[in-house]
Amino acid sequence: MNLLEIKDLTQLFSGICAVSELNLEIGHRQLVGLIGPNGAGKTTVFNLVSGFYKPTRGEIIFEGRNLAGLKPHQVSALGITRTFQNIRLWKEMSVLDNILVAQHFQLGYGLGNLFFRTSRYLERESEMRCQALELLEIFKIREYADETPGNLPYGMQRKVEIVRALSSGPKLLLLDEPAAGLQSADVNELIELIKWIFEQFDISIWMIEHQMKVVMTLCSHISVIDFGRLIAQGTPDEIQNNHEVIKAYLGDDNV
Amino acid sequence: MKRLSVPVLLLVLFAVLMGLAWFEVIDVYLQTILLFMGINVIISSSLNLVNGNMGEFSCGHAGFIAVGAYVSSVLSVALFTKSRVFGAPLLPPEWAAFGFPVILIIGGLAAALTGLLVAIPSFRTRDDYLAIITIAANYIIITTIINIDKIGGARGFMGMRRVIFAMEDFAGIPWMILWVFIFMVLTLVIIRRYMSSTYGKGVEAIRQDEVAAEIMSVNTNRVKLITFMLSSGLAGIAGGLYAHAVGYVNPKSFDLLKSTEALVMVYLGGMGSLTGSILSAVLFTLLLELLRPLQIIKWVAIPLLLIIIMQFRPEGIMGHRELSDIFPKLKKFYKFK
Repeated sequence: MNLLEIKDLTQLFSGICAVSELNLEIGHRQLVGLIGPNGAGKTTVFNLVSGFYKPTRGEIIFEGRNLAGLKPHQVSALGITRTFQNIRLWKEMSVLDNILVAQHFQLGYGLGNLFFRTSRYLERESEMRCQALELLEIFKIREYADETPGNLPYGMQRKVEIVRALSSGPKLLLLDEPAAGLQSADVNELIELIKWIFEQFDISIWMIEHQMKVVMTLCSHISVIDFGRLIAQGTPDEIQNNHEVIKAYLGDDNV
Repeated sequence: MKRLSVPVLLLVLFAVLMGLAWFEVIDVYLQTILLFMGINVIISSSLNLVNGNMGEFSCGHAGFIAVGAYVSSVLSVALFTKSRVFGAPLLPPEWAAFGFPVILIIGGLAAALTGLLVAIPSFRTRDDYLAIITIAANYIIITTIINIDKIGGARGFMGMRRVIFAMEDFAGIPWMILWVFIFMVLTLVIIRRYMSSTYGKGVEAIRQDEVAAEIMSVNTNRVKLITFMLSSGLAGIAGGLYAHAVGYVNPKSFDLLKSTEALVMVYLGGMGSLTGSILSAVLFTLLLELLRPLQIIKWVAIPLLLIIIMQFRPEGIMGHRELSDIFPKLKKFYKFK
């Protein structure tokens, strides 16, 4: 069974077809990409998978479970987390708190425990804190634990956002243009980071990316969409030589 | 030492206040001002939870204060005193001393339930639209009270003094100072614990980026619901205390002007700062009393003050910072959680 199966997924926005009859599969332990020209509907696909939109038609099946109708917080609790094109960290909260809030689905205490500071509450809070610090340590950003993300350089903010998405132990990580806005040195670092995450964690990664260098070096399998429709899929080599893809990006070759 | 400093300080303050009132070192007028200070601390810190920490703009806080005031007043008058409306006391009046906190909490729960009026619309709207809804909620509550003739309607409701007398018959101590102090401290502890937990940090996350919060597994609807209910519930307790401190309630005293007072306190003290809420509640109560000779003109002076604050210090006195953020060295001496 595949980790994620998208069947006939269609999303209409007041008559405009953003995603149309999309069929996709992502297996366990895969690093795959989703590319397409601007406005092709890539982010819409991510928004659908993460539960932000309710699909007009079609099914999104994650580990045999239909995600349709689930709220984003339920989807992330099931094991799909994501990052955003424009970094969406909580900018006035410390890096550590950013990681902690992402543990909301596994707090393990109720309001009663909270107000009476029961041992269960204190235990869980310190457990989550330790785990978060450990994770920051693994990614070598522990020194920034008390810093607010607004004070960090852009590349570092990206990293923190990816760590936040990983902190809940997802099975599928969606990266929405992780290289957007990064300088070329940072891009290389990002490629190494994603590669490392994929090796170290038992996880599948699905990324949207415009920088071909990133997609082509990292992904084993790429899907291309244009006008909400799947136009090609295959290995990086196949995609690079695919006539439909070249047409979508550059226009017809007889122009 | 670090662990004990805050409780000890509070106990000393409590003992001093009780002593001053008991031996009549301070007169009834000063006592009333102290009561208002305590009540205003509850009002401003509870509103700050929604406006400062969660970043919603609630301008109908007085509505919830009204619900708490009326529910607890009606209950305490009916249970512990002989009144024209409700007849003989339903319980022995000397039980008032123990029954009063329970009644206050019931008033708070009722206010928390009315908080749903605002909490449920907040799932779908925010900002200006939610602000309008909160004003509407304030009016719905006031108008409902005016139209219930049994509790006095527009004339107001009284008889709470006799509840205090019943308590004083049981033991001759300054009961209202006791209850206001206890519930003020309780409120601060509740808010502090809520906001310092990972659960409560979800409230901050909602203010800073609601979409990211929802995507990162924060059940935003539930967090909003609980925060609104907590805020309005605490306001209800403040209302109950206010009604018993004054001995008389009138729907008009819970209209938008009262909500504005609460807003002024929040913005004066600083958004999302508990220290700021306390500081501004104390300052504001003093200011209201000092400006009393100006009568209605004080409502020119106070908004003017607000304009000046917004011009020169838009984040308020504290602005998302606590005492320990400004004086980090103090951290060595106290711990308040």
